[in-house]
Amino acid sequence: MPNTIVKKKGLIPGRVSEMIISAPEIATKARPGNFVVLRLSPQGERIPLTIADTDPQAGTITIVYMVLGKTTAMLEKLVQGDDILDVCGPLGKPTRLDKVGTVICVGGGTGIAAMHHIAKGHHRVGNRVVAIIGARSKDLLLFEKELASFCDEVLVATDDGSYGHKGFVTEVLAKRLAQDAHVGEVVGVGPVPMMRAVAETTRPFKVRTIVSLNPIMVDGIGMCGACRVTVGGKTRFACVDGPEFDAHSVDFDELMRRLGSFREQEQASYNTYCECHG
Amino acid sequence: MAKKSKIRPRVDMPMQDPTVRCTNFREVALGYSREQAMLEASRCLQCKTPTCQSGCPVEVDCKGFIRAVARGDIETAYGIIKETNSLPAVCGRVCPQENQCEGHCKLAPTGKPIAIGRLERFVSDSYYAKNPCDAITGRDDCPMLREDLKVAAIGSGPSSLTVAGYLAARGIKVTVFEALHELGGVLTYGIPEFRLPKSIVHTEVEFLKKQGVEFLTNQVGGMTVTIDDLFAQGYKAVFIGVGAGLPKFLNIPGESLIGVYSANEFLTRVNLMKGYRFPEYDTPVPLGKHVAVFGGGNVAMDAARTALRLGAEKVSIVYRRTKNEMPARREELEHALEEGVCLECLAQPLAFEGDDAGNLTGIRLQRMELGEPDESGRCRPCCIEGETYVLPVDLAVLALGTGPNPVLLNATPELKQTKWGYIDGDDQTGETSIPMVFAGGDIVTGSATVVMAMGAGRRAAKVIARRLLGEE
Ligand SMILES: Cc1cc2nc3c(=O)[nH]c(=O)nc-3n(C[C@H](O)[C@H](O)[C@H](O)COP(=O)(O)OP(=O)(O)OC[C@H]3O[C@@H](n4cnc5c(N)ncnc54)[C@H](O)[C@@H]3O)c2cc1C
Ligand SMILES: Cc1cc2nc3c(=O)[nH]c(=O)nc-3n(C[C@H](O)[C@H](O)[C@H](O)COP(=O)(O)OP(=O)(O)OC[C@H]3O[C@@H](n4cnc5c(N)ncnc54)[C@H](O)[C@@H]3O)c2cc1C
Ligand code: SF4
Ligand code: FES
Repeated sequence: MPNTIVKKKGLIPGRVSEMIISAPEIATKARPGNFVVLRLSPQGERIPLTIADTDPQAGTITIVYMVLGKTTAMLEKLVQGDDILDVCGPLGKPTRLDKVGTVICVGGGTGIAAMHHIAKGHHRVGNRVVAIIGARSKDLLLFEKELASFCDEVLVATDDGSYGHKGFVTEVLAKRLAQDAHVGEVVGVGPVPMMRAVAETTRPFKVRTIVSLNPIMVDGIGMCGACRVTVGGKTRFACVDGPEFDAHSVDFDELMRRLGSFREQEQASYNTYCECHG
Repeated sequence: MAKKSKIRPRVDMPMQDPTVRCTNFREVALGYSREQAMLEASRCLQCKTPTCQSGCPVEVDCKGFIRAVARGDIETAYGIIKETNSLPAVCGRVCPQENQCEGHCKLAPTGKPIAIGRLERFVSDSYYAKNPCDAITGRDDCPMLREDLKVAAIGSGPSSLTVAGYLAARGIKVTVFEALHELGGVLTYGIPEFRLPKSIVHTEVEFLKKQGVEFLTNQVGGMTVTIDDLFAQGYKAVFIGVGAGLPKFLNIPGESLIGVYSANEFLTRVNLMKGYRFPEYDTPVPLGKHVAVFGGGNVAMDAARTALRLGAEKVSIVYRRTKNEMPARREELEHALEEGVCLECLAQPLAFEGDDAGNLTGIRLQRMELGEPDESGRCRPCCIEGETYVLPVDLAVLALGTGPNPVLLNATPELKQTKWGYIDGDDQTGETSIPMVFAGGDIVTGSATVVMAMGAGRRAAKVIARRLLGEE
C-alpha cells in the first residue's frame, strides 16, 4: 500500500497544509470523527491526525495539519507523488450523528478541518448545521468556503477583528445560544483552551456538547494508555473510547498538563531537525 | 533413576556481566557453544516415557531433539523442533521452562533438569540460514499454496504466527493483518531487546514469508478490515489473535500526573519505537532518577530492567506480597536483582503525589503483611493499619496486567464474549460463536505466555486445516 500523496495544498504557507492521500480501504471505512496514525520514516514517531474528509470513489482521504514539531515539519517537506510510510486507520469512535434539529459546530485553528468532517456528517443526517469558526486573523481562517457549501450558516470570529466578529468564537456561540432555544447539540474542535471555553459557554444552557480531544498518542489502538483522559472522574482512552467526549465532564487542566509531558525532548528533537534541514 | 550424586550439574549459560549489561540493551544470555550444548544434551536420560514433552504446550519432542544434539546432529534436531514449534528461537528464550518441559523432566526433582530451553535456543540459533521449506516438510520446495483456501489471521503475535506456520506447511495460504507497523505482537513491542533481540523475531517472520505467508501491516481488524469483509474477500476461515493489550490502572489519586506510565506505554516507546535511541529515533522516552515499577510479573521485571538501562539511579519494584509470591520467571527476577533492581515488598500504593506543575514526586504506600492463603493458594496481603509512608520517585511504571483489546470486539458484537470480556472460544478448537472464526492467545485466556498462545494457535490451525482440506 503506497499511501501516495495525490495532492498537497498550503493553506497557511509553511504552517498549515492539506494533503489528499490515496488510501482506498481507509476511505471506504472512515466516518466523521475518525483519525489516522501516520509515520514518515523508519525512525519516525507515530502521530495522530484527524481525517478531515474522504472520497471513497477516488479512494482518498484528506488530512490537514499544523507544523508544530519534527514530524509535522517532515510531513511539510513531502510533495505530491511522495509516499507516506505508514498510514493506519480509521481509528477512534465515529461521531454520534443523531437527528437533533440544529447543531452548532465550533472550530478553531486546524481544528476547523476536523470539525468540517463532523459538520458534514450532521448535515447528511438532516441536521441544520451552524458553523462558528475562529482564528487569530482573517488570513489564518480555514475551510470557510467548504463549510459554506453545505452549512446553513457560517459565523466567523477573529481575535484582531480583521474579519467577522472581533473576539472569540465562544462570544458568538453564547449569543447564538441565547437567541435560539432549539439547539440540539454543540460540537467543539480546536485548541484545548478553546474547547474548554466552549464547554463553559454551553454549560449554563444545558445543551449536549461534544469535544474532540487531542492527547498524546502512541499506538492509537488502545494498548499503551498514553492517551488517557479523565472524563466524569473516570479514566478513558481517547483513541478507543473517544476522541469525542462529553465536554462538560472532561478534565481539561489535566489534558493540558499531559500534552506538555515531553515538551523538552520534542523541542530538542525539532531543533536538531531544523539545524540539519534548514 | 540415577542417584542424585551421580547427576552432573547443568551446563551454565554464558551471560553478559551484570555491571556491564545494565548499561546496554544487548542480549543478556549469550547462548551455548556447540560443545556446551552437546555436553548438556548428553545428560539426558532418554526416558522410555518422556514426561518433558507432555509439559510443553506445543508438544515439542524434547527427547528426540536432545538425542540429536548429543550426537552433534543439529540439523536433525532442528527439523524435530520445527515440526511442532514455529518459533523455537523465541521459545528457547522466553518460555517459563521451569514450569513446562523442564518442570516435567524426570530430573526436575533432583534440581538438575535438562536445560531444554537453552538447547532449543542453541539449535534454532544455529539453523537460521536453513531453507524454510526443507526444515518443515523435508522437501526442497515449499508446498504449493492453495490461494482458493486462504485463511486470515488478525494480529501478528505468537498465536497468529503459529497458525500461519502450521497452515503454510500444509499448503494453505495465510494472510496476517497487523494493526501496528511492525510484526510480532508482544514479542516486538513488549519484551525488551536484551531478553529477546528483535532480529530473532524478524528472522522467524522472514522464515514464514519465505513459506508464502503474506503480512499486511497498518491493518486494524474491525476498522480497516472487518471479519465480514474478510469472508467477502474469499477467506475461508479467520483466526483472531489480537492479544490482551489494554493496560490496567490502579484508579487511585494522582494517576494522571506526569511521570506515571503504563508498562505498555513505557515498553512500547522503548522497544517498538526504539526510544532508547532518541533523538536518532523520534519517539521520546520518560527518564527517571528514582523509578518505581508496580507489579511482580515478567512485565514488571522488563520495565524495571529497562529503566535501569535508560540510566535510572534507583529502580524499585513495588509488590504487595513478597519475593516468593512474585509470578515472574525466577530467572528474570534473579537477573533483575543481579543488575541492581531493588524490591519494595509488602507495599500497596495508595496515591501518587506531585508538585504544583503536575509532576510526580512520590508515592504514598501502605505497608502490608501476609495473611492466610486465599483461593489461589497464595497468602493474602493484609494492610497494617496506620503504617503508610512515601517513597520519593519521579517515574512510576504500572505493570498491573492487561485487559482485552476492545477494537475488534466493539466492531464485532456477534462475537460471544466471556463475562470478563475475552473471546469465548471452544476449549478444544478455539472456534468462536461465529462459524469458521477461531480465536486464541491472550484474547481468549487473558495475559498468559508465548507458548500458551502458540498452543492455542496450533490447536485452531489443526482444525482449520482438517476442515479446509476436507479431512473432517
Ligand atoms: C485524535 C487526534 C487528532 C488530531 N488531529 C490533528 C489534525 O487534524 N491536525 C493537526 O494539525 N493536528 C492534529 N492532532 C495533533 C497532532 O497529532 C500533533 O500536532 C502532532 O502529533 C505533533 O507532532 P510533531 O512531531 O510535529 O510535534 P511534537 O514536537 O512531537 O509535539 C508538538 C505538540 O504536539 C502534541 N503532541 C506531540 N506528540 C503527540 C502525539 N503523538 N499525539 C498527539 N499530540 C502530540 C504535544 O502537545 C506537543 O507539545 C491530533 C491529535 C489527536 C490526538
Ligand atoms: C513485557 C512483557 C513480557 C512478557 N514476557 C513473557 C515471557 O518471558 N515469557 C512468556 O512466555 N510470555 C511473556 N509475556 C506474555 C506473552 O508475550 C503473551 O502471552 C503473548 O505474546 C500473547 O500472544 P498473542 O498471540 O495472544 O498476541 P500478542 O503478542 O498480544 O499480539 C497481538 C497482536 O495483535 C495486534 N492487534 C491488536 N488488535 C488488533 C486489531 N484489531 N487488528 C489487528 N491487529 C491487532 C497487536 O498490535 C499485536 O501485535 C510477556 C508479555 C509482556 C507484555
Ligand atoms: S524427561 Fe528430562 S531426562 Fe527424560 S527425556 Fe525428557 S529431558 Fe531427557
Ligand atoms: S494511544 Fe495508546 S492507548 Fe490510546
